[in-house]
Amino acid sequence: MKEEFNIISNLIEENTRVLDVGCGNGDLMKFLQENKTKDIRGLEISKEKVQNCLSKGLTVIEGNAESDLKQFPKSSFDYVILSQTLQAFLNPELVINELLKVGKKVIVTIPNFGYWRVRLQLLFKGTMPVTENLPHEWYNTPNLHMCTIKDFYNFCSSKNIKIFKSIALKKSRISEINKSNLNYKNLDSHLGIFLIES
Amino acid sequence: MNKNIDTKKIIISNPLKLDCGKEINNFPVAYETYGELNSEKSNAILVFHALTGDQYVSGKNPITNKDGWWSYVVGENKPIDTNKFFVICANVIGGCMGSYGPSTINESTGKQIGTDFPIITINDMVNAQYELIKYLEIEKLFAVVGGSMGGMQVLQFVANFPDKAKLAIPIACTSSHSAQNIAFNELGRQAIMADSKWENGFYSNYKLNPDKGLAVARMAAHITYLSEKGLQEKFGRKLQDRDSLRYGFEADFQIESYLRYQGSVFVDRFDANSYLYITRAMDYFDLSKQCKGNLSDAFKETKTKFFVISFTSDWLYPTSENREIVIALNSIGADVGFVEIESDKGHDSFLLDVPSFLKTLGDYINSTYKVINERRI
Repeated sequence: MKEEFNIISNLIEENTRVLDVGCGNGDLMKFLQENKTKDIRGLEISKEKVQNCLSKGLTVIEGNAESDLKQFPKSSFDYVILSQTLQAFLNPELVINELLKVGKKVIVTIPNFGYWRVRLQLLFKGTMPVTENLPHEWYNTPNLHMCTIKDFYNFCSSKNIKIFKSIALKKSRISEINKSNLNYKNLDSHLGIFLIES
Repeated sequence: MNKNIDTKKIIISNPLKLDCGKEINNFPVAYETYGELNSEKSNAILVFHALTGDQYVSGKNPITNKDGWWSYVVGENKPIDTNKFFVICANVIGGCMGSYGPSTINESTGKQIGTDFPIITINDMVNAQYELIKYLEIEKLFAVVGGSMGGMQVLQFVANFPDKAKLAIPIACTSSHSAQNIAFNELGRQAIMADSKWENGFYSNYKLNPDKGLAVARMAAHITYLSEKGLQEKFGRKLQDRDSLRYGFEADFQIESYLRYQGSVFVDRFDANSYLYITRAMDYFDLSKQCKGNLSDAFKETKTKFFVISFTSDWLYPTSENREIVIALNSIGADVGFVEIESDKGHDSFLLDVPSFLKTLGDYINSTYKVINERRI
């Protein structure tokens, strides 16, 4: 988690306006508030988590990204963050479009379904993968649309979404993703982090 | 009602132009305070009361001898901790706890003003209370907080005075009274006015009180403050002090007895004309209309931080209406947080012991106070 927070924090300029979509208990918000910017908001669907955030004094709205991002004006945030949540939406494409409208820049992180440990489970065990990063069983997972680093990379190019920066994370090792190492990073990373713009 | 209790009171000498066009001056505003104002005057919280509330937020209400109406929220070591905050609450104008209202004695006639009292609005109430803040010489409030009609006053206060509060917490309210809200209020008013003892509002001249009408108004309104589930769980079809139905119109059921009791205790502490005037003020409340249909415009000047709270089982001011306030604030990029609290206690949840509400509210106020003070805004 800490590594991901650091990478996200490094992608953000100081004293900018940030929205964390699916902010959970507000750990990333708190981290950014201490390190980068005071002007940070959150959107979260779980009542309990919203209450936890508010208890910490974080400005969070209870709501659903798929229906409630609309209410924010165009480009009203310098950065919108979607941390490991894209796969849980009914319509990820719609959410990405909404994020790109609301934020001047968007940071998306995705648990990589192309990671070799994930692939091996399906290949050798013949069961849906369960890993540290993807701890759910097939019957109770909130993840509806799993994708790989390569899937997201290709999605961006097919939709003419500009990728400013793409970073791969394996344990605590950080590396850049580019066109030539895409297949390798897709195999050897558990998390992909993308800074994009419409 | 105006009994001989030593209420804190100021007389506002500045003329106040009311929305109805009339002007009032030299009128009383009764208030109460809790805790101490710190030397920087940065810890003041103005609490607005709801329809039948008063300035006695916490401690013992000296008139009813019951706990203050927001004792769960305000007091020592409560979510709004009076060891830390200076809490101010004023009786609204139109009310009957010492502020200028229909039961105020007109000095030239020696009689109550009755229905000669001008129609007042939420805007008028807020403007009158602003005079109290000026009198207390508080340049900037830390927070304005209130539920139901108190929440409407919070919204109106920030709209009128965009730089006078750092934090605004409207709870279980609306920016515009709905047809359903107006309908229930009209039912209550008609009950009062149908009481032959109402005498067109001049009952006090005849030493009468339309208590039956007022009790019915309270009974009807009380139902709207609860939820169907809450009622069913608490009362169901349980019988009152009897084993079987009596085949008559006495209070066979506990719910009947409960409502009758609520009606009867209410008439001892509340003035029927005040009930008419205050419900009318609520019905006239439509903040978006004040801004030509765009609610966001009401807040476009403000740097105030907002925290909106609603309750799942509140059907009088439902989450959807609270959310409209959030949407209006979001659309101008205002700083707004929002949560809907799970509770089956209906609209009254904000007055009751709802632990997740009390915890969230308390934690939020305290951590925000800390953050804002650290930032020295």
